[in-house]
Order: sequence, then structure tokens, then C-alpha cells
Amino acid sequence: MKELVAMLLLQGNRIAQFPGGETFSWILNLLFYVIFIVFMFYGQRIQMYVMLREVEGSLYKLKYIKDEGRKTAIETIKEIGKPQTDPASRVDRFLEYFTIGPQSLDPAGIVWKLEHILDVRDVRFKDEVKAMSPAADNTQTNNLENTLEAAMALNYIYKVIRHFYLLGKKTLSLYVIMQLQMILPLIMREAEAYASALKAFAYGQPIGDGVGALVAAKLMHGQPTRKIAKDCVAATVPMEGRTVHVVKAEGPGGNVGKTGDGVKTLIEENEGKIATVIMVDAALKLEGEEVGSVSEGVGAAIGGPGVDQFKIEESILKYRIPINAVIIKEDIGDAVSPMRKEIFDAVDNVIERIRQVILEKTKEGDKIIIAGVGNTIGIGQ
Amino acid sequence: MSGTSSSAATRISSFVLLVIFITLALSLTALILAINALRTPDQETVAGYFLLIGFLGAALSTYVLLQTRKRMKRLSIKTPSITTIIECKKCGFRNVREFQRGDYIFKEVELCQKCNQNMLITAIYKEVKEKMKRTRF
Repeated sequence: MKELVAMLLLQGNRIAQFPGGETFSWILNLLFYVIFIVFMFYGQRIQMYVMLREVEGSLYKLKYIKDEGRKTAIETIKEIGKPQTDPASRVDRFLEYFTIGPQSLDPAGIVWKLEHILDVRDVRFKDEVKAMSPAADNTQTNNLENTLEAAMALNYIYKVIRHFYLLGKKTLSLYVIMQLQMILPLIMREAEAYASALKAFAYGQPIGDGVGALVAAKLMHGQPTRKIAKDCVAATVPMEGRTVHVVKAEGPGGNVGKTGDGVKTLIEENEGKIATVIMVDAALKLEGEEVGSVSEGVGAAIGGPGVDQFKIEESILKYRIPINAVIIKEDIGDAVSPMRKEIFDAVDNVIERIRQVILEKTKEGDKIIIAGVGNTIGIGQ
Repeated sequence: MSGTSSSAATRISSFVLLVIFITLALSLTALILAINALRTPDQETVAGYFLLIGFLGAALSTYVLLQTRKRMKRLSIKTPSITTIIECKKCGFRNVREFQRGDYIFKEVELCQKCNQNMLITAIYKEVKEKMKRTRF
């Protein structure tokens, strides 16, 4: 300790010995005290401004992504839909659309109310897209709808972040700004995922979320298909001496179909005589897990607002049908951006797993349902 | 298909650029003055101050310039290159090309060059080269 003090004193003396060094050391001392006092009284405020600046940077990026989304949507509509008038104002109106969820004070029957609202929303969106792009066919209409929905999501994210940024700036509340700054990396990841989804939807490229639909498409390819529910097709495929009913959303346009209705119809058609239901879907991976890794489990593997999951669970419960699930792991960015090779390569692995489940859990002559869940954009059947 | 898009948000403000270049010019002047002062006897203190100001100014303006460029780089959406694989189910002939609008998996496309049968799109995907980050877990 003594040596350290001596060394510091020596350094101080050396500065003082430097020509003009005395003035220099005075300036340094003064600067030190000023900084100390400023940080004592304004430290929190400075920290807040640093955080606000960080949020501002991300907000710039969000604004850029949002504007790109709008631009891509308008350009795609002009290119595919060949509208008579400029679709910009109509797109702007579309980006501001909202959906009010059903009242949940009395939760009985809420699923049907939610389904109705979602159906109304879907019809409204499709009508709007058709009015914007009269020359588009059904597949292109679905892709355009998906593009607009991605642009809408980006617009909403930007507006919410801007709201909290301006609120934080107005109230100078450290806690509003701090929460925003802490959650921002996750929000930026989501926004970047939607940004890459935009081009995929506009061009009709398969996305990571469609891996379940791709598995079903591979299983049913070459077999006659029939429409079983809204935007949903099914095919009967022989496999290991069993009869397999494969369900997926109708491709190659971007939609998820009513898989819940599809599975329910198949169960009813077979009077509940189904040995097992196997669901295949993409699932969010945890950090550290590999993209495209496959896992098995039980339960209805289907995302979305919950209507389809509810319907499948009701149907299997009615006839006590066992339900198995195979999931393909990917992160949010992979799920909505063009399909990665690792995810595409996982399809054969998934089919092998399904074959194993069928062999282990069912007998020859049994009937099985395989539901490939996910957005079928860029995937035929 | 691959490339980046840009908009007004990606451009550097001309005012910021002006400030950066003025600071850089002043810093360089300070460094020249410092060298001149070093050559003159009894001007070591002045030379020291000029050197300090010159180096600090040059470092600061370069840092700001690099940061602005970095921000510009961040503000661009990369469009990945997408591969379409077309196969002939009869003879197994494979054709790999860039994705084209209208392609979808299981779409029948052009005739096979070898056996004149309709070829099928069997895969559409992107390849991502991930940076290997070593973790212990």
C-alpha cells in the first residue's frame, strides 16, 4: 500500500515537473470534481438519456423495416395484382386494421366466438386483397395476404415501441425506458424475422413454419387428394399395412388451413375408429438446441390462437384416441423466413420417426391420421 | 434474388458528414502544427498540447464515421439466396438453380434433358453459414 501511495505521489510530481504541468494537474483535479458532482446529481438522468439513445437507434431500424415492408407490399400488389389505381392508400388503410378478441368474463363458448371473429377477419382480409389486386389468382391472393399481414405486424411493432419511447421521453420515467430497453433485443429479433418473412411471402417461398405441411405433402404426393375442410386437403396413403389419412393446408398459396376441422371430419367419417393421431409441426427451439432437430411427444402440436387445438382435443377425447406429436425445432427467425436446408433435411428424419411410431403404437389394418401443421406457402401436394 | 435494399433511413446526414470532416481537417492541422512546434526550440509544451488535441480529434472523428457506417450496415435487410432443386423422377437427373417466382415444391416444370419427361421441383431452401461460436454448453 505504501509503495502504491509513493508511486502515485511520484507520478503527481512528474506531472507537476512537466512544463505547464501545475496548471495541467489543476485542470485534471477540477475536471475530476466536476465529473464527480455531475454524476452524483445527474447520474440517473445521464443513464436514462443513454438508454433513450439506444431505443432511438432501434426505433430508426424499426421504422426502416416497417417502411420496407410497406414498400414491398405495394410493389408486389402492383406487380401481381395489376390494379387500375395506386394501391398505396388502400395498403395504408389495411396496415391499420385491428381485431378485437371476444369478451372472456364468461369463458364458456369463447372458442366458438373467437373462431367466428377469426373467420370474419379472414374473409375481410381476402376481400380487401382481391379488391387491391384483381388480376391475382387464389394462390397469389393468399401470398399477398400473408405479405400484408407481415407488413401489418411490423407496423404494429413500430407503433408500440414508438409509443413507449415517446411516453418515456415525455414523463422521463426511468422505469418505462428501462423496461423498453431491456425487452428491445427480443422485439428486434422478432421484427427482423418478419422483415425476412416479407420477401418470402411476396415471392411465395416455403418458410420454416411449413415443415409440418412439407412432411404431409411428401407423404401424400402422388395420391389423389380431396378437400376436407376450409383450405385443407386430405389423402389416403397405405403405410406399413395401415391406412393413413394425411391432412395438410391446401398449397401452394400461403395459408394454414383449418387443420382442426380436417382432423375432426376424418375422425367423424371413420366413426372414431382411429388407432392414433400423429401431429407434425415446427416448434420454437431453446437457445443451444440445433436447428432442425426432431423430438417426439404427446399432445396436439398446433399453434395459432388455439381454436384448432381445442377442436382436435375435443374430437380425440370423445373417442379416447391417443395423440402423438413430432416436432421440428427452429427459432422464430427460421420459422417465418425462407426454409433453411437443415429444416428441409429434417423431413426424411421426421418421416422415419412417424414410421417408428406407427409400427410401435398400431397394428396392421389400423387407421391413422397424420396432420402436417403449418403455413404451406410454396409447398404443393 | 440476393442483395440489399436501401432507403432514406440508410443515408448519412450531410450535416453529420460535414462536422466529421471539419473535425478531421482541424485535427490534421493540429498535428502539423505540433510537428512544427516540436522543431522550434522552447515550444515543447505547445507541441504536446497540439499533439494531444490532434490525436483526440482524429480518433473521435474516425470513431464517429465508423459508427455511422456500422449503423448504415445494420439498417439493411439482406435477401438470402434461395436454391430450387428440380429432379426427374424417371432417370434421376438433377438441376440446381436460383429460385424463380412461381416455383413451389412438387410443381411440374420443364422437360428432362435426358429422357424428355416432366421434371419436378423437389426442394426449395436457403443455406445459412452460421458463425461458429464456441460455448461450453
